[in-house]
Parts: sequence; C-alpha cells; structure tokens
Amino acid sequence: MSPKPFLRIENIRKRFGSVVASDGVSLEIDEGEIHALLGENGAGKSVLMSMICGMVRPDEGEIVYKGQSVRFNSPREAIRQRIGMVHQHFMLVPNLTVAENYILGQGSALRVINDMDKVHARIRELSERYALDVRPEARIEDLSVGEQQRVEILKALFHGIDLLILDEPTAVLTPQETDRLLALMGDLVKDGKTVVFISHKLDEVMRVSNRISVMRDGRLVKTVNVADTDARGLARMMVGRDVRMELPRGPAAPGRIVLSIENLACRSETGLPALRGVSLDVRSGEIVGIAGVSGNGQTELSLALCGLLPVDSGRVVLNGQDITGLDPARINARSVAHIPEDRHKHGIVLPLSLGENTILQRYNESPFATSGMLNRRPIREHTRDLIRRFRIKSRDVDQKISELSGGNQQKLVVARELARNPDFILVNQLTRGIDIGAMEFVMEEMLKQRDNGRAILLISTELEELFAICDRILVMFHGEILGELPPDRNRLDELGLLMAGQTANVVQPPLAG
Amino acid sequence: MDDMMLLTFLATLAGAAWRLATPLIFASIGEIFSERAGVLNIGLEGTMLVGAFCGFATAFATDSVLLGLIAGIAGGMVFGLIFAFFTITIKADQIVVGAALNLLGLGLTAFLFRTYYVSTGKGIEIAQPINIPWLSDLPFIGEAFFRQNLIVYSTILVTILAALVLYRTSFGLTLRAVGEHPRAADVAGRNVAAYRYSAVLVGTGLAGLGGAFLTLGHSNQFVEGITSGRGFIALAVVVFARWSPIGAFFVSLLFGLFYALQLMLQAQASIVVPYQLLQALPYIMTIITLVVVRGKGAAPSKLGQPYDMR
Ligand SMILES: Nc1ncnc2c1ncn2[C@@H]1O[C@H](COP(=O)(O)OP(=O)(O)OP(=O)(O)O)[C@@H](O)[C@H]1O
Ligand SMILES: [Mg+2]
Repeated sequence: MSPKPFLRIENIRKRFGSVVASDGVSLEIDEGEIHALLGENGAGKSVLMSMICGMVRPDEGEIVYKGQSVRFNSPREAIRQRIGMVHQHFMLVPNLTVAENYILGQGSALRVINDMDKVHARIRELSERYALDVRPEARIEDLSVGEQQRVEILKALFHGIDLLILDEPTAVLTPQETDRLLALMGDLVKDGKTVVFISHKLDEVMRVSNRISVMRDGRLVKTVNVADTDARGLARMMVGRDVRMELPRGPAAPGRIVLSIENLACRSETGLPALRGVSLDVRSGEIVGIAGVSGNGQTELSLALCGLLPVDSGRVVLNGQDITGLDPARINARSVAHIPEDRHKHGIVLPLSLGENTILQRYNESPFATSGMLNRRPIREHTRDLIRRFRIKSRDVDQKISELSGGNQQKLVVARELARNPDFILVNQLTRGIDIGAMEFVMEEMLKQRDNGRAILLISTELEELFAICDRILVMFHGEILGELPPDRNRLDELGLLMAGQTANVVQPPLAG
Repeated sequence: MDDMMLLTFLATLAGAAWRLATPLIFASIGEIFSERAGVLNIGLEGTMLVGAFCGFATAFATDSVLLGLIAGIAGGMVFGLIFAFFTITIKADQIVVGAALNLLGLGLTAFLFRTYYVSTGKGIEIAQPINIPWLSDLPFIGEAFFRQNLIVYSTILVTILAALVLYRTSFGLTLRAVGEHPRAADVAGRNVAAYRYSAVLVGTGLAGLGGAFLTLGHSNQFVEGITSGRGFIALAVVVFARWSPIGAFFVSLLFGLFYALQLMLQAQASIVVPYQLLQALPYIMTIITLVVVRGKGAAPSKLGQPYDMR
C-alpha cells in the first residue's frame, strides 16, 4: 500500500478571462521529497503554485493537504497550515528591516513591538542552523537579490513550514548562490520538510529533485522519477520537440569599433566605488561577454552605459562620439538597445499594456505617432508582429503587461529592443526566466543580430549563456576587468579562478596552447 | 538694542515660534501618518479650516476649550472620512479629491461663519498659558518654553507618541509597509484599505486639532481662511522632515520661527521693509526648502497610488 500523498491536487481549473491558466491539473507531492515543476513560459506553473499557497483561488477542483481537503482564502491561512511560498517577485518591503518584514502581519494591530530582541535572536538562530547568513537588522533595500532570496526563505522558516514552494528561485542567483540554495533544499528535506520548486534549468533540476512534473498549456504532461529521465527527454516533454542544447554558429566577423569604454569609473547607488577603471571595446559583428559573480560592478556598468548612473571619470564612446554622461533618452536615441537585469525596474511599466510597453522609447516616432498623437493601429500591428515572432503568450495587445508570466515579460523586452535595429545592444541577463525552448530562439536571434553587424555586450552570470553565444569573454571582478578568455568550455576552471579574483594562473599563457 | 533687550527679544521670539509651530506640528505629523500609508492628502488646508471652525463653534456654544478641541478633531475626521471614501474606496485621484476638499473647507466654513457668527462679533475663552512652577521663573528660557498653554505643551507628547506608534507598534509597522509595498502587507494578512482609512483618519484628526488650536489656543476668533496656507506649509514640512515625526517637530519649529520673526519684525517700527514682504517670509522659505531638499528621499514609493487587490 502506498502512503497517502502529502499533498494532492485534484483536477484544478483556473481561468483569467479567456486565458485558461490551469486546465484540470492533478498532481501529487510526497512527504519529504524535492519535487521540481517544469514547463514553458506561461504553462501555468506560477498560477498553480499560487493556488496552493492561497494567493489565487481556484475556480474548480480540490486540494488535499495532509489528508484533509483545504481551501485557503489568503496566504496567511496557508501559512497557518505550514505552507510557505517564495514568489518569483519577492514580497519584501524594501524600507523595513529583515526582522520587521518577518513580524509584519503578526499579532494584533495594536500590539506594541517589544520583543524585537527575541525576534532577532530567533532569526540569528535559524540563519545559523541553515547557514543562510541573514542579518535580522539589515534593511531589505540594502541587500542584493541573492541575499533577499535567502531572507524570503528564512521568512518561511520563521513562520514555520512543512511545505516550501520556490518559484524560479535560481533565476536571479549566481552559480555559487545556486549551489548553496540546492544544498539548502537538501538540508530542509533532512529536517522533514517538503520542497516544490519551479525552474527552467534542467541541470539543477536533475541534480536535486526526486521527482519532476512537466506542465504544458495549463495541463500536467507527466510526473517522472529523476532516475527515469534525462535533460533531453525533459526538454522534449516541455516543448514538444527536440531542443538543441548546442547552437550552431559560424565564426564572428568583427568589424569597426562601435562601443569603446575608456577607464570608466563610477560609484554604486549607495555611493561605494563600483567600477574602477574599466576599459573595453565592442566591435560590430561580435558578441562580447562579461562574466563575473554578481555584485562585482556588472549592474553599475550597464546602468552607467545607458545613462542611469553618473560617471565619475573615464569615457564612453559610441560610433566615434563621446556619449559619457548623456541622459538615457539621448543615449537611447543613438541606437543603443538595453535589455536590463531587472525588467520590472528598468524594462517595462507594469500597469501599461503590451502595446504601450513596446513603444516605450519610440512613442514619438513615426509611424507610432504623428504630430504628438499616438496612432493605435500601427502600435497594435507592431506589437502583434513581435508577439507572433517571439511566441509571447498573451491574450491581447491591450492587456496589461503585469498579467503576463515572468518569462513572457522578458521575451517582450527582448523582442522590443531587437526590433529597434540598434547599433549597439547592451544585455544584462538575456534569458532570465525564459524557458529552454524560448532560450534557444532568443539566442539564435542574438546570433542573427551579430551576423547583421550589430555590436553586442552581454553581461551574464549564466556561464552557459556566455559559452553559447559569445565570441570572447571578459571577466569582471571588484569593478575591474581581470582578463579575457575565448568561449571554450574546456577552460572553465580558468574562468572560475578569474571570477574569484585570481589572476596568477592566467597572466602567463594558458597551459594547453 | 542692548544685550538685555536682545535676549528678551529672542526669548519672546522662541516662545512665539513654538506657538506658531503648533498647528504645523499637528498637521504635518498627521500627514506623515497618511503619507506613510501611501495616501497623499493635499486637503490639509481645508481640513484644518474645518477643525478651526468646529472648535470655535463648539467652544462658542459650550464655553469649553476641551470640547472645542474634541470637536475640531472630529470635524477633521469627518473630512478625512470623505477623503478616504473617495480615494481609497472609489479610488479617485488623491490630488483632485484633496483640492476639492480644500475648496469645500474654505467655502463651507466661510458660509457657516457668516451666517451664524459674524454678527455676534464675540470671541471665545481660549486656553490660558500655564506657568510651570519654578521653570517658568527662569530668566528668558522660562518666558520662551514654560509659559505656554497646554495645547502647545502637548505637541511634545504628540510627537513622541507618533514616533512610538510609527516605529514601535505593529500598527505603525504595517502602515509603513502599506505605503511601500501594499501587496506584501496584504499577503501578510493585513487589510490595506482598512490601514489606509485609519491613517487618513489619524492624519485628518490631527489636522483638525491643528486648526482648532488656531481658534482655541491662539486667536480667540474664527476668521475666514484663518489657516492662511498652513495646510500647504505642513505638506512642505513633511517633505523637509523626510516623513519622520521628530523631524516634523523641529522643521515646524523652524517654520514657526519664520512666522514669529515676520510678526515681530513688523512690530519693529525701525525696520522699513514693506510688511507684505515680511508676511511672505514663511512661504518663500517653504519654496526654498522644497527646492533645496529635492532629490530622491524617503518618500513612500506607493505615495498617491491606489491599491488593487487581485
Ligand atoms: N492575473 C492574471 N491575469 C490574467 N492572466 C494571467 C494572470 N496571471 C497569470 N495569467 C496568465 O496565466 C498563464 C499562466 O501564467 P503563469 O504565470 O502560471 O506561467 P508560468 O508557467 O509561471 O510561466 P513563466 O515560466 O514565464 O513564469 C499565462 O498565460 C498568464 O498570462
Ligand atoms: Mg512563473
């Protein structure tokens, strides 16, 4: 007799207007397992998990948890039943401290907060126990994304959980942080907890999970044991066809220098030195990668290049013209495209429609506007065209972009930027949150741009992304470029050392010619 | 001016500054509650006027300063309820509703005053200064700080209380979250709308109190437009104080000082600056501070935005 499942989802349905996000999903989660959930962008993973944790109410169907049928009207009720979720977009109040975030909503509204010491102690204790490195008195806004995520996980532990749901937890993490997170999942399971996590990265899914469920178009395709599958098989289940893990590409034909950065120095938003004299050139027809552990100046480099961060010294020259210190609109107008690291902050405007978002920088250009008035028809047509080409899962060009799944928002940003026919494309995390099928497509698009003579600077913490499409890889450490390597997977070790700030091995010519 | 005279002048100035700062302290601290929760209430001026009028009318009828103050607070809160209903429940634009309430407050109080009180010409009993034993006899300092009425003294209490509520209670914590990331507060199980209502009511109650002080603790009469822009200056105080109650207390004192200086300079026959220029001093200072204290600051990030529950 098999044990009763820990959590059973029975024929769940959820519609948003005409979009069917869950089309009769049934799924079983066992106690103490790590269960991965895979699926294309917009397959309905986040919505399904949100229904389990009380964020979204199902239209139909049943959730049976620990042998009882449950129906949560709010995340709070789910937390009371010891179910916690870390969302794709964090739920942390930036101007509060970690501890304040944890006790938000706890106890009566009129309660005087006089037990902060105890709360801090508990947080420290939990943080030590799981090696999370969370300081209870830190303000959220001062923390990096990786730290914020640990804060979110610790929040769930703080509230006490048996089931932890993680929605694309590794999308924003560096490889090191990812390793750490995967280890943490193992620790949690050892402590008797159950973990469900959503991911687009097949290797990590294969590494840690016991079972894997694949979703497509709002349905559950299959649940398999890890032992019975491999990455290729999973990819086929997700996308419905074979996915090439290796992109075919010809050699680059670099031309003239498009972008030249000379000795650029600037400080981060918090005023600390972030770039300490960065120099590099990007030629037309090549993709230059910047690898590095996040927090080594990549964010500041991309912000400075598009005019969002003041430059202290040095120059940025585009097509022979000095663009240092120009404002973002002027830089934009000089044929610079930008795919930002944080799409919600710098990429899209959530309450605006898909159409409005696609013309954010071009609202004043023909044919989208004539003498200051927007022309709806060309905007819609252009947007529809992008949606078709990039297979962006959406209902209508007039729907709010906030209604799209995370990966589809990212695809729209990429589509919009490439459609502008830029000379120079600045990318910080190209495929963040994009499924493997779409990733293949987006990377192919980038290669096409390269072959059309665009200059591309790709900043990424995903080494796979860099290896797949870059022509050369620069490594950034502590605000400096430490070295350059060809995109050769055999030299991963060297790359790793450089990323850790060790130059010694590389200054000399590499061992094997 | 010899030294003695200068010291006397300064003591009088400091005392007057605190008195004149009092309505600003109440109104700006109230507005801090509102704005921390994400609600920008520019209807402070109208709300203060209503407080001033309700306080006056009640004291007129009952001869009680205390009842007057309570009525001032209540009047402010009624205005707050209207504001909250339109901006939080109906989700109308906060600026538009605030502007409408300013006009309503001015018109309504002027109309009621003219209809019922203007012909009587009578004033009311106002709160009397209370000399704090021993301290009030200190030279100069006594005059400035220890011979005020209870309402003025209470600004210290209100400031400390406001800071404690905002930073040391679950209510205050939630308010701060609601203005910054309402969804997080919602997910944590707090009712965002209810908190915004409470914040607006606290805010307008305090604004009403600030208004009532003008008729019950300062002048003994109601005059049309008696607030003369103090509601707007309180809005500036909030920005200058970076949304902190203790900051608001001191910034209000600074503005109180401008008011007091203006009044006392007018009284100095020897100074030949046009008095209109002096009168404009607090307003000029407001503009200057708003220009100087610009840049990204501590403004709650969801200030002015309604919250849609999913
Ligand atoms: N609030 C909403 N209003 C309208 N449509 C929605 C809403 N939330 C989700 N959807 C739609 O439901 C579908 C499933 O979305 P969901 O966020 O679950 O996708 P996902 O599998 O998590 O994708 P991704 O990998 O890109 O994050 C999408 O088509 C999305 O547009
Ligand atoms: Mg998702």
